[in-house]
Amino acid sequence: MSNKHHLELTQVGMDFPTPKGPFNALQDVNLRINKGEFISLIGHSGCGKSTVLNIVAGLYKATKGGVILDNQEVNEPGPERAVVFQNHSLLPWLSAYKNVELAVKQTQNGRSKKEMKEWVEHNLELVHMSHAADKLPAEISGGMKQRVGIARALAMEPKVLLMDEPFGALDALTRAHLQDSVMEIHAKLGNTVIMITHDVDEAVLLSDRIVMMTNGPAATIGEILPIELARPRNRIELADNPQYNHYRHEVLKFLYEKQRKVESVEEHRKKQSEQKSGATQINVA
Amino acid sequence: MSKQQAVPMIFNQVRQMNWPTLNQFLSATALPIVGIVVFLGLWSLMAKNIDTSLGSFPGPAAVWQQANVLVGEHNAQMDKADKFYERQDERNAVRVAKDPSYEPKIRNFTGAPTFFEQIWTSLYTVMVGFIVASLLAIPIGILCGLSKNAYTAINPLIQLFKPVSPLAWLPLVTMVVSAVYVSTDPMFSKSFITSAVTVSLCCLWPTLINTAVGVSSIDKDLLNVSKVLRLNAWSHVMKIVLPSSIPAIFTGLRLSLGIGWMVLIAAEMLAQNPGLGKFVWDEFQNGSSESLARIMVAVLTIGVIGFALDRLMLALQRKFSWDKSAVLR
Ligand SMILES: Nc1ncnc2c1ncn2[C@@H]1O[C@H](COP(=O)(O)OP(=O)(O)OP(=O)(O)O)[C@@H](O)[C@H]1O
Ligand SMILES: [Mg+2]
Repeated sequence: MSNKHHLELTQVGMDFPTPKGPFNALQDVNLRINKGEFISLIGHSGCGKSTVLNIVAGLYKATKGGVILDNQEVNEPGPERAVVFQNHSLLPWLSAYKNVELAVKQTQNGRSKKEMKEWVEHNLELVHMSHAADKLPAEISGGMKQRVGIARALAMEPKVLLMDEPFGALDALTRAHLQDSVMEIHAKLGNTVIMITHDVDEAVLLSDRIVMMTNGPAATIGEILPIELARPRNRIELADNPQYNHYRHEVLKFLYEKQRKVESVEEHRKKQSEQKSGATQINVA
Repeated sequence: MSKQQAVPMIFNQVRQMNWPTLNQFLSATALPIVGIVVFLGLWSLMAKNIDTSLGSFPGPAAVWQQANVLVGEHNAQMDKADKFYERQDERNAVRVAKDPSYEPKIRNFTGAPTFFEQIWTSLYTVMVGFIVASLLAIPIGILCGLSKNAYTAINPLIQLFKPVSPLAWLPLVTMVVSAVYVSTDPMFSKSFITSAVTVSLCCLWPTLINTAVGVSSIDKDLLNVSKVLRLNAWSHVMKIVLPSSIPAIFTGLRLSLGIGWMVLIAAEMLAQNPGLGKFVWDEFQNGSSESLARIMVAVLTIGVIGFALDRLMLALQRKFSWDKSAVLR
């Protein structure tokens, strides 16, 4: 069978059950991704980016359509689709080393004990975290935690690396450092990457293609913008590159002219926190 | 540097450095002492004015005296026991010398248990009951936290049995133990089993409920990590669920042990099972002029042991909890 595409999303749709009946979050999402491509998902808050990512990860099951990775349907989570979560989600009782080690042990790939140790160290080195290998997550900064989270995901040797706003919680300077690290790693390992971002510069700087999503409900892909900038890319040189600024302009136009957002940020925050608290409550009294 | 200069400098250092530490010392050590002294003062004042049928209520001095008497009684009993065994050994040695085929008989010393032996019995019983309950409650709690169905099934039982005073169980437990635990050479005495089971019955609930709550409120991202890593059920519980809920489990364990200790004393009084509770009851029945002071010694001992048990659990919690930033008290 010929396999032109590495990862295919076909007619993906998602209905969330809610007390007021099903909520149609996504509809007709079609996307074909080549091996080694770096894809950014961008769109307004609440449009369904995380939902797409979680469907690819296998954490959500699409109610319509499906995802195929290397000719195999995705129907459960697995280490070949590693996820970097927004809030690092390191196990707080394990050191950076142990966090990565857990992933390595779980995806042994026939490694001996010594090779496993080397692989853990190698991946920490990749994200420049070797010096803090024995620290607990609580003892390192937010940026460092996110680095360890990336190391853990890379250590699974994923076919696809999924990142949900990986740098969203970081300050601009730390974020720039991590973006450079991610570009460096992507150049070296050539993983397929899907990254969600709210940051237009980040999307243009890192991506091969930017996937722009329309607002929900029934969100779908609005436009896809290929970024044909030579790699390696340098943020300072690009700052006054007309091509780069054209791309930025395109994305901004999509977000703020074609898909103007009506819901205020506060409203959205409120909704999300309601969802969260509703999901974790358990009544004991 | 001349001496005249050095002295004010030291003075300054004292002012700058030692005052905060002195303050800390005051609040950490002196305040509890003040509290205790005030309590002792009020106690002795009040005690003089309370007349009971067994004489006036014992003040701190009388209680202290009886504490010493109890230590003396214990030492005397131990001496007696030593002598008993010595004599027994001698007797046996003589008989074996006469007749090498003779199998020496070893009998245990059977004196009335002293205060300290009663303490030991109670401590041992509460620990066994508590550990048995924890070994049941933690796995069931984890199950309830992991599976909504299990929780829904078990919850009515928890709600039904949690408010039952364990003393209501006591007659049932006593009868069931008498009926079921029959052996010619019992490893444990029936009274011990009865007390321990009663303790277990009330140690179950706080641990079970806190564990269930802890497990069901694990960070969703961590659960997703487990899914992405495809951890099997066992690793999921051991590597994610258990460590995450350690703080909640310990909260439950501390509550359980506290309740267990209180219940044990009551159960021992009610069932006449050996232990501190029986000591209190016996003294009450005895009704001599020292009884009240001796009971007071027991009351304070019970309090001190309860406090020590709680500190023990706190130390364990500190050791096992990964969340070192949490304020534990
Ligand atoms: N479990 C759920 N149950 C019900 N509705 C949900 C659920 N998860 C997401 N939604 C809804 O689906 C829509 C898309 O949510 P999603 O989290 O994918 O948005 P997003 O694009 O990632 O937003 P953000 O940028 O703020 O993270 C939102 O309207 C949200 O309210
Ligand atoms: Mg999101």
